[in-house]
Amino acid sequence: MSVSPTFVYGLTGLFLFVVGLGGLISCPQLLRKILAVNIMVSGVFLFLVTIGYGHGVIIDPVPHAMVLTGIVVSVSGTAVALALACRVHETFNMSDLLKRRTRSNDR
Amino acid sequence: MIWQNWLLIMIMLSSLVPGLIIFSLGESRHGLRTSLNLFGAITKMVLVLVMILGIHQGHSFAVHLALLPGLELVLRADPLSALFVTLSSILWLFTTIYAIAYLEDSPNRSHFFGYFSLCVTVTIGIALAGNLLTFLFFFEMLTLSTYPLVVHRGTAEAMAAGRVYLIYTLSGGLLLFLGVVWLHNLVGPVDFCMGGQLAPLVESHGKTLFMIYYLLIAGVGVKAALVPLHGWLPRAMVAPAPVSALLHAVAVVKAGAFGIIRIVLDVYGLDTAGELGLLFPLMLLATVTIIYGSIYALRQDNLKHRLAFSTVSQVSYIALGISIGNPLAIMGGMVHLVHQGLMKITLFFCAGNIAETLGVHDISRMNGVGRRLPLTMAAFTLAAIGMIGLPPMAGFVSKWYLGLGALAQGQGWLIGILVLSSLLNAAYFLPILYGAWFKEQEAEWPDDSGMTGPLECHWMLVVPPIITAVISLLVGLLANSNLSPLAWVRFIVSAGYGL
Amino acid sequence: MMGLLLKNDCWLIWPFVLPLFGALLSFLFKQRPRLPGLIVALLTTLSSGVLAWKLVRHGVGRYDLGGWQPPLGISLRGDGPAVLMVLMTAVTGLAISIYAGGYFRSRIAKVEDERRHIIQERFFWPLWLLLWGALNGLFLSADIFNMYITLELVALSSVGLTVLSGKPASQVAGMRYLLVSILGSLSFLLGVGFLYKAFGSLDLATIQAALSFSPPVAMAMALISVGLLLKSALFPFHFWLPPAHANALAPVSAILSGLVVKGSWYLFFRFWLGFLPLIGDGGNAVMAALGGAAIIWGAFQAFSQQRLKMLVAYSTVAQIGYLFIIFPLTGAGAGPAASAVFYFAISHSCAKAAMFLAAGTIFLQMGHDRIRDLAGVRQLLPITSFAFALGGLSLMGLPPSGGFIAKYMYLSMAVSQDRWWLVLLIVIGSGLTAAYIFRAVSHILSPKMVHGQGQVVVAPCMEWSALALALVAILLGFIAPLPLALLGVTG
Repeated sequence: MSVSPTFVYGLTGLFLFVVGLGGLISCPQLLRKILAVNIMVSGVFLFLVTIGYGHGVIIDPVPHAMVLTGIVVSVSGTAVALALACRVHETFNMSDLLKRRTRSNDR
Repeated sequence: MIWQNWLLIMIMLSSLVPGLIIFSLGESRHGLRTSLNLFGAITKMVLVLVMILGIHQGHSFAVHLALLPGLELVLRADPLSALFVTLSSILWLFTTIYAIAYLEDSPNRSHFFGYFSLCVTVTIGIALAGNLLTFLFFFEMLTLSTYPLVVHRGTAEAMAAGRVYLIYTLSGGLLLFLGVVWLHNLVGPVDFCMGGQLAPLVESHGKTLFMIYYLLIAGVGVKAALVPLHGWLPRAMVAPAPVSALLHAVAVVKAGAFGIIRIVLDVYGLDTAGELGLLFPLMLLATVTIIYGSIYALRQDNLKHRLAFSTVSQVSYIALGISIGNPLAIMGGMVHLVHQGLMKITLFFCAGNIAETLGVHDISRMNGVGRRLPLTMAAFTLAAIGMIGLPPMAGFVSKWYLGLGALAQGQGWLIGILVLSSLLNAAYFLPILYGAWFKEQEAEWPDDSGMTGPLECHWMLVVPPIITAVISLLVGLLANSNLSPLAWVRFIVSAGYGL
Repeated sequence: MMGLLLKNDCWLIWPFVLPLFGALLSFLFKQRPRLPGLIVALLTTLSSGVLAWKLVRHGVGRYDLGGWQPPLGISLRGDGPAVLMVLMTAVTGLAISIYAGGYFRSRIAKVEDERRHIIQERFFWPLWLLLWGALNGLFLSADIFNMYITLELVALSSVGLTVLSGKPASQVAGMRYLLVSILGSLSFLLGVGFLYKAFGSLDLATIQAALSFSPPVAMAMALISVGLLLKSALFPFHFWLPPAHANALAPVSAILSGLVVKGSWYLFFRFWLGFLPLIGDGGNAVMAALGGAAIIWGAFQAFSQQRLKMLVAYSTVAQIGYLFIIFPLTGAGAGPAASAVFYFAISHSCAKAAMFLAAGTIFLQMGHDRIRDLAGVRQLLPITSFAFALGGLSLMGLPPSGGFIAKYMYLSMAVSQDRWWLVLLIVIGSGLTAAYIFRAVSHILSPKMVHGQGQVVVAPCMEWSALALALVAILLGFIAPLPLALLGVTG
């Protein structure tokens, strides 16, 4: 059984998603978490793009439209996350979310 | 027949609306608050009178509201509910008068009277409930509307008592809720009707009915203060005297006892309950409660605590009468609902007067009170003798019918219990009377208000206990007249059980 | 033109478009964002009401945006559950909007740091209206990719609202909330991808009609479920919720706890019901177990909190559990189970929002919300205290309240299906709820007199809007047939 290119792309997308997820959970630094999220996003988009090729010769435009919309959404999300990270950084003078857990519970 | 439907709603509104207005009144609006209270109480009495006349003439009163598809809130006036409604509305009037004077110059009165009115509205709802769901609905609301009254003083002790009260009553409410849901699941909505409607299920679902019965009885038993569910009652004594009076004679304990009557007679029906073997355990429980309450009352030195345990004991006469399961005994139990209410409210009014006027809370310091507060103690004496059950007082009438019923049912040993209980009653009431009337005052009163003259304290504190004491005397003396509670109870029981 | 805009199904877009339009408007009028904000809130509420009325009169409406039919186009669908949620959002949202008007006015009137409050208000209105529109879009979407978009919109605007208070704790909580939300949305999106791969359609109804088991579908179910559970904060995914909800501004706490949580739960419910034939009892049991754990754990946490807003926030964690223990009860037909759980959701929305609003008023007045020191609040803020207590009444499921009706339906179903462990759970849960509610209420309604607390600084409309919401929760205890009739319109 030959492995089609779309299958490889799709698998890569899922792989990126898992890698990003691992980063999001394990990295304490905020910036790395945001980067990890972006890797996940890329993985999802790659996966979506490959779906378009799944149904025969004609390329399905819908997943592509989804990816385009998704890019807009993810850019906004990243922007909000970065802005917020700056704020947290200013307030605590550090970017480590986990170490702040005790502080976040008072007041 | 629109007016008949509106009448029940008006009876509810006559205390609800004044209550809500009172909530919004400022603390200083004594005049308006007092007029609203009295206006509501008197209106309610008039409306209840109209309702009783209506029932007597064969009108029927009912209001329906669909809560869920197939599930209705029903208010319906049958003779039994009329009995409880009348009792509540009359005693509410006297308690209101008493409370107005009792709480004079104390803080938070708007709050107090607001909840007070709410509490009576809910009690009327319990009385008028036409099906089990409606009963549950108001029964739970009663817990919530009485809690603020119990903690009214705001002291640490009051808050602790309130917590205990809530733990008991909310747990009871949950059990009742579960029982109601389960029963609904079995037979659909359960209307109250004499004889019940569960007979066809005895064969097929006997075990389930058995369990539901205990859930329901445990649920109402908490409020009825059946041993071992009575723990909240003595602690709730930290509340002001009018609240204790209300709790014991009008609302909470009575609602529990009324619930037992409804569940045994109108949900299960005597025959079904007897067939399932549910009456005897209730009888044992009631007997144990009667004796336990009396013995514990004997051990209390605090007057209100002694009265509280006396309530535990006395209210179980109602459950006892129902559980004997003979029409005569049921009459005795039902009529005790009224008699005990009248006598117990008198006792609490008097205890409140003694505490308020002289600062005396303990029985051991009551020597000579009779000379200082003759009117109060006279009322107290009447009610106490009634409680003991000396003929021809109200308590005797109840016990007489209980005894007759027990004999007719072949439960002769219960006569012994009744005698023992009367002796214990005498043992915890007579020393108080003896000390108050015949012993010399031993020490200065701790906190004498110094009021003398024709009335020993504020007239609104003296008149209510005297009136209730006289009524309790009259219902005993005139038990055979057509207007007595006994006559009404005979009417109820003969309609249902062909006396 | 007018005729086209007012055509039956066209009403579907108004609750969606109006708030978005209002968000723009209040952003542009940055000197006085309150006025356009309030007007649009009122209009949105009205249009939601009209939508409900149209639904009852004409049945389920469907609107294809731009005239494009599925599978290519995106369509909105207003069936009973969707419109009921829109209506719930409208009632709660209107009260919150009125409250917010008074809230910001009162805060700006407190001279210190006036500028900060003005800026907070300037961003509050656009974000809140954006969130409102996104929520309505989410409820009305028939297209699963559109659901993703609205989910993201909801997430981004609610994160913005969370951090608006500017407190350090809220920034950290907001950051965590954002990351969790994005993770949830991405997981959802990947699931959407798998579904599209399997069925070649994004229309939920089409997908559910064609549903059959295959590995991609299983993958999609897992991804979508986990993503939505994360966002719904079901135990053990609740970790982000209490700090985010408790440290936000008062109206924002009410929005987050009363409305936002319901959005992702609503999607979960719809997906899960569709997947139900493939999942079977095992999945339902897992959901119920998590829900049960949430009820118990949340209640214990709520009971041990020292701050009023934290208590209410943990109460949300517990109450979310009730939204999930319904799933094993769907066995005997989804209809009754949906009635119960939706009734629970709308009652909880009103009651919880009322409680958070009341808690916010108390915080503003007293300058703190330490439960221990709340004696005397009743004298100063009788209406607010009453609103809090009434909201608590509904949460406890005591009559008369919407919570009581919902609890009755839950118990009735659990008993009739012989799920005794659920019966036990509900009974224990009610007891625990009563315990933590009374822990707060006994202090708030404490009869203790406290003197010299100073002037009342809160606006009357803050007190009354909270009370109005609490009264709606009570009213729901009497009018159950109406919302349930609305819910039942699905054909």
